[in-house]
Amino acid sequence: MLANYAFIGIFFIAALIFPLIPLIAAWRLRPARPTATKLDTYECGLEVIGETRVQFRVQYYLYALAFVIFDVEMVFLYPWAVAYNQLGLYGLLAMTVFIVILVFGLAYEWKKGALEWV
Amino acid sequence: MTWLDIVILIVKCIVLTLAATTMFAYFTLFERRLLARLQNRVGPNRAGAIPLPGGQRILGGWLQPAADAVKLFFKEDVVPVMADKWVYIMAPGFAVIPALIIWVAIPLGYWPDGAGGNLLQLAEIDVAILYLLAVTSVGVYGIAIAGWASNNKYSMLGGIRATAQVISYELALGLAVLGVVMQAQSFRTDTIVDAQTTLWYIVPQFLGFVIFLVASTAEVVRAPFDLVEAEQELVGGYNTEYGSMKFALFFMSEYIKLIAMNAIAVTLFLGGWKVPGLQTLADAVTASFGANIGNAVFGLTSLGAFLLKVTVLSFVSVWVRATLPRVRYDQLMDLGWKVLLPLALINVALTAIVNVILPDNIWISGIVLFVLGLATLIGATILSRPKYTSSQVTMVKNNARS
Amino acid sequence: MTSAPVATRDLSIPSPGDITRPALAGEKETMVLNMGPHHPSTHGVLRLVVELDGETVVNVAPDVGFLHTGIEKSMESKTYQKSLVMTDRTDYLAPLSNNLCYVLAVEKLLNCEIPPRATAARVLLVELQRISSHLVWLGTHALDLAAMSVFLYGFREREQILDIFELVSGARMMTSYFRVGGLAYDLPAEFPATVQAFLDIIDGRIDEYEDLLTHNPLWLERTKGIGILDAEAAVAFGVTGPGLRAAGISWDLRKDMPYCDYDSYDFAVPIAQNGDTYDRYLVRMAEMRQSARICRQALQRLHDLGPGPYVTTDRKIAPPPKSEITHSMESLIHHFKLWTEGFKPPRGDAFVAIESPRGELATYIVSDGSPKPYRVHMRTPSFVNLQALPYMARGYLVADLVALTASMDPVLGEVDR
Repeated sequence: MLANYAFIGIFFIAALIFPLIPLIAAWRLRPARPTATKLDTYECGLEVIGETRVQFRVQYYLYALAFVIFDVEMVFLYPWAVAYNQLGLYGLLAMTVFIVILVFGLAYEWKKGALEWV
Repeated sequence: MTWLDIVILIVKCIVLTLAATTMFAYFTLFERRLLARLQNRVGPNRAGAIPLPGGQRILGGWLQPAADAVKLFFKEDVVPVMADKWVYIMAPGFAVIPALIIWVAIPLGYWPDGAGGNLLQLAEIDVAILYLLAVTSVGVYGIAIAGWASNNKYSMLGGIRATAQVISYELALGLAVLGVVMQAQSFRTDTIVDAQTTLWYIVPQFLGFVIFLVASTAEVVRAPFDLVEAEQELVGGYNTEYGSMKFALFFMSEYIKLIAMNAIAVTLFLGGWKVPGLQTLADAVTASFGANIGNAVFGLTSLGAFLLKVTVLSFVSVWVRATLPRVRYDQLMDLGWKVLLPLALINVALTAIVNVILPDNIWISGIVLFVLGLATLIGATILSRPKYTSSQVTMVKNNARS
Repeated sequence: MTSAPVATRDLSIPSPGDITRPALAGEKETMVLNMGPHHPSTHGVLRLVVELDGETVVNVAPDVGFLHTGIEKSMESKTYQKSLVMTDRTDYLAPLSNNLCYVLAVEKLLNCEIPPRATAARVLLVELQRISSHLVWLGTHALDLAAMSVFLYGFREREQILDIFELVSGARMMTSYFRVGGLAYDLPAEFPATVQAFLDIIDGRIDEYEDLLTHNPLWLERTKGIGILDAEAAVAFGVTGPGLRAAGISWDLRKDMPYCDYDSYDFAVPIAQNGDTYDRYLVRMAEMRQSARICRQALQRLHDLGPGPYVTTDRKIAPPPKSEITHSMESLIHHFKLWTEGFKPPRGDAFVAIESPRGELATYIVSDGSPKPYRVHMRTPSFVNLQALPYMARGYLVADLVALTASMDPVLGEVDR
């Protein structure tokens, strides 16, 4: 059974090598004539205006935060999913309480506008 | 584990990699032809056309992917001088590798051989579902890193937005899959396929299937959720500054992920490689031609059925791309957090309640869940309709003056 | 789901320098995005310098002039008949409208009589041109919002219209078919049947496009409430055409200042109330249907008029037919004079405005009595409509900017000339 993970490991190495082959082949085959204009950053044909590394919007962070919370919830849901039949009504109620608490969290976030993009 | 086993394993790995790549190549051709037909034109039909004596040509376009690949080999690759060079070069690898290693845990078919049988799956791991979700999650790194490393405002915006989009829809995806795991009581993909012998999970998990389809389309950043790479808005998004083979690798990763998502949907919801009547067909062939041929028929038919189902889902995916306008970014995030996530939670709740309360007859619980799922979908559609002010066009000055 | 415009009465039109200057002390740091002339989405070589606060557009400065080719100045060095071909190139999606406007202005200077057959043919072709131009608008607008198939379906119908233009004039787009005095050539014999075949299918095709878009929830989400241009602001900016009519103001030059006998045709002017992108879409779809209606009446009128002259008989303006030149000395001399020197309108000026697919298109010609115009100025609708862009875009998202630019339907050829 554990050998199956070794299979994944070997496939991983194959998948690692796989993109390298066309990259190396392309590197050998393609022309390389860089000019200053070609190497410039693309901005619709004109000079770059302003700094590139601008400040991030905090909204991205809020989405990531919410993602972490609900992902952890999902991780707790998974073992329950394969065993809920045997746990009967008690298990069902316990998990319902867990999910309801998190649903309240989602509803709070929604109301407070943490899920709004603009 | 003898050396022969390892060599066979390596050969299997190479075959699977090449199969995934070829599927990607011909999927692009399939998409271009189908998109063209839906738009009243013909797709690529010149490359590799074989002229017949009567002047007609057949099989036009089958070499188009090869022609594109050859072209991409010879294109000049411009690395922007301000980019983080090594991160910039590694980013496509971060995108392609997860796309490829998904295929390890998907059962492509079943080749019986008397005792047990050979599952056409590279690694039969006990936590295949978790592995699939984990690898999908890792796939987001390529996009994020590519956007950052290009040192281009557009790329950076595209990369971050893609990242936020992908992680938002992962939750709905995981919860939709959770419903299937609850039905099948196992994480193993082959067990899930076996559990669908009587009834495919699309019936009891209809709501989960719809959520999975929408979430997987958004995960793969594909129309109508492809704002991130929308040429019209952000000129290529995170792969603006990529050309030649690196761009090809990003392109490849997107399509391989799409096909893999369709394959996962087939495995989880559409019965995998199972076809009604497959066993009787194989038995009939065994009776006439012997066990080897019978097993071969079973194996090849199962593989063919799997590929056919993946093709049907791919057709739906291309059809949706041809028809629907693009969703704006904030509408996309609203859909992921405020519609799909609650729906997925409701799906989990419904599955749990129905399966605990109702008797173990799969047909009864299946149909009940289907009806409840459908009702929930219709209710959600009605509830989430935005309220618009009405638009009326009045026709004034209707007739001639004189 | 969308934020309302930030400044509801800010009618200023910034220049690129206003946006790219460094932030002053105490001012919020914003990002400047250059949706430059080379961009798959802007309709032609339009540069938009966008100031963004996160995702929201704070200000937009349109920067035009990339397609300026000196058309008006070039027209001063050509005779009146020859400078007609330059008008095709201003609004290159509706060349016949430009031709019509210029030709009407010269005819007003000359005080020239146009035969009714020519007038009816002009109306028919200009309305077909309107349908063709709106099909391009629909296709590019849908394409900007990723409903790709509508683009190709619309172009399928447009191909039929371009084939009709090729039938009458030999050229698909830059036809220069209207000449001073009437038409360049007579309508060919296959013309009525070809146009009738097109008019038979166009209503069904417009229904197809409406099926795909009008009640599509994704289309509604992307266009409803976006880029609102209310009636007051539209009048303040001088916006004309569908942009004005979608805001609720009923003003169509074909009805209010009729030319070419438009007041004898039965058609309606669609207007809407909200002035958003969706309303402009509805108005243009309705206009296509009304244009088809006018075309049917014009075709019937051509049939009723029967064969006749297609150009004025005044030989000092329109050249005689080639067959006359072989036996008539006057015709030969007229032909010679027209080709070497050209006709000389009296001193004066003329201003004629027509309703082009984009709004009020006007030509102002000043004549000093010589065969070449002293000054030609074209008041093009896209140039004026583009002024409203900053007002419409403030407070919306970048993705909306693309949608509302498309709904204003600018053609850079006529913005820059």
